[in-house]
Amino acid sequence: MIETAAANDAPLAPAAGPSNLPLLAGAATGARVATIRGEALLEMPPDLYIPPDALEVFLDTFEGPLDLLLYLIRKANIDILDIPMARLTEQYLEYVELMRRRNLELAAEYLLMAALLMEIKSRMLLPRPRALREEEADPRAELARRLMEYESMKLAAHKLDALPVLGRDFLTLEVWIEQAAVQRLPQVRTEDLIAAWQSLLMHARMTQHHKVMREELSVREFMSAILRRLHGGQFADFTSLFEVGKGVAVVVVSFLALLELVRESLIEVTQSEPYAPIYVKLAHAQSE
Amino acid sequence: MLNPSEAKTVLETALLAAQEPLTLAELRRLFDEDIGADTLRRLLDELREAWQGRGVELVNLASGWRFQTRPEFQQYLERLSHDKPPRYSRAVMETLAIIAYRQPVTRGDIEGIRGVTVSTNVIKSLEARGWIDTVGYRDVPGRPALYATTKTFLDDLGLRSLQELPPLEQISSTLDLAPQTQPSEEPPAAAETAAPAAAAAD
Repeated sequence: MIETAAANDAPLAPAAGPSNLPLLAGAATGARVATIRGEALLEMPPDLYIPPDALEVFLDTFEGPLDLLLYLIRKANIDILDIPMARLTEQYLEYVELMRRRNLELAAEYLLMAALLMEIKSRMLLPRPRALREEEADPRAELARRLMEYESMKLAAHKLDALPVLGRDFLTLEVWIEQAAVQRLPQVRTEDLIAAWQSLLMHARMTQHHKVMREELSVREFMSAILRRLHGGQFADFTSLFEVGKGVAVVVVSFLALLELVRESLIEVTQSEPYAPIYVKLAHAQSE
Repeated sequence: MLNPSEAKTVLETALLAAQEPLTLAELRRLFDEDIGADTLRRLLDELREAWQGRGVELVNLASGWRFQTRPEFQQYLERLSHDKPPRYSRAVMETLAIIAYRQPVTRGDIEGIRGVTVSTNVIKSLEARGWIDTVGYRDVPGRPALYATTKTFLDDLGLRSLQELPPLEQISSTLDLAPQTQPSEEPPAAAETAAPAAAAAD
């Protein structure tokens, strides 16, 4: 298994390259696992078994150069504050080379990071006067700060993702209640009808004539008369439907006719607010 | 004057029928006489208690109070729908974390922390979700937009304020807190001291 991996033209894990061994075998347990190209491998690299086809997927899992660097550092269990620049740069470049060879779309950020790593490395190699060395900060400090800030956000992202999220982990409750999507119509209470009726009666009494004529009053007839009045779908004032001059009997029958029409759902009676004028209208204006 | 039990029923009805979280101010309007904020809070707490052990819970969020299903029953509810809601990619989650913990931030700030370009789609999907919005512009060339998280973000994650976000972990410089090696010059010396140190701590 190890031999196969080592023989592979594109080493999958950094461990497969001899140059990486000291860094990656850092967390040694003592027992030798295998020997690759003469070097003792003390621990099975956890990512050794990635098949070549999976390489692109594997490299794709990195969210950028910082993520890749963190992976290399954390896996080797080295101190972020004391990064062995030569080893890290070497490994990093190997990955970048892998990506390049596989014709993966190599983001400019990876190259930028490579340049930065090499710059830090060269600055550390250059001898400089002792006095200057005291003042100047460790060239790795800024990189370490960035790595730690990124790692802290990466872990935070994990924790955020673990929180229950609306729509994924729970739902809101909605008791279905009919909302006023349709136009609200005024409510008419029976008291309003009674009041209207009483005012009509009063009006009728005042204009009462003393006719001693017997009138055959048909409620149905008045119903038709009212319907005819309302023909065309117009609103009519409630009081206008009563011919108060014709005496109480006519008013009473008109009222009965009106009630009957309401009962048969032929007309609609509406009032916008208490004591406001009452309007009457055909229930189905379009039908005859 | 309603007795406490009737008042709780009124609160319960209003909260169950509401489409949005209800604020304390809105809940107070339910009552003729002014019930104090303390009384209202006590009633809500009691109501929340009363719903313990049910599949639905009363929660207190950034925008107010609302009823919601308990996460542990989501697996059953999902059987009624066809597909599971997708998870956000790492890029989206990391961007969200940076905005949540470091707000207000510009796109450049996010890119600085992540070390990669932040795609417009990532920002857009968070904006479309109503989790982030533009709260201003930094006064530098290009006037980049400053992003911050919204109340909806807190509501959707069941939080009352940003203070309730999971605390940031103190990142240790090494995983296993290996003994610090002497700050040394370049490898090979450095590498050789670092490796045994890590090994020793293992």
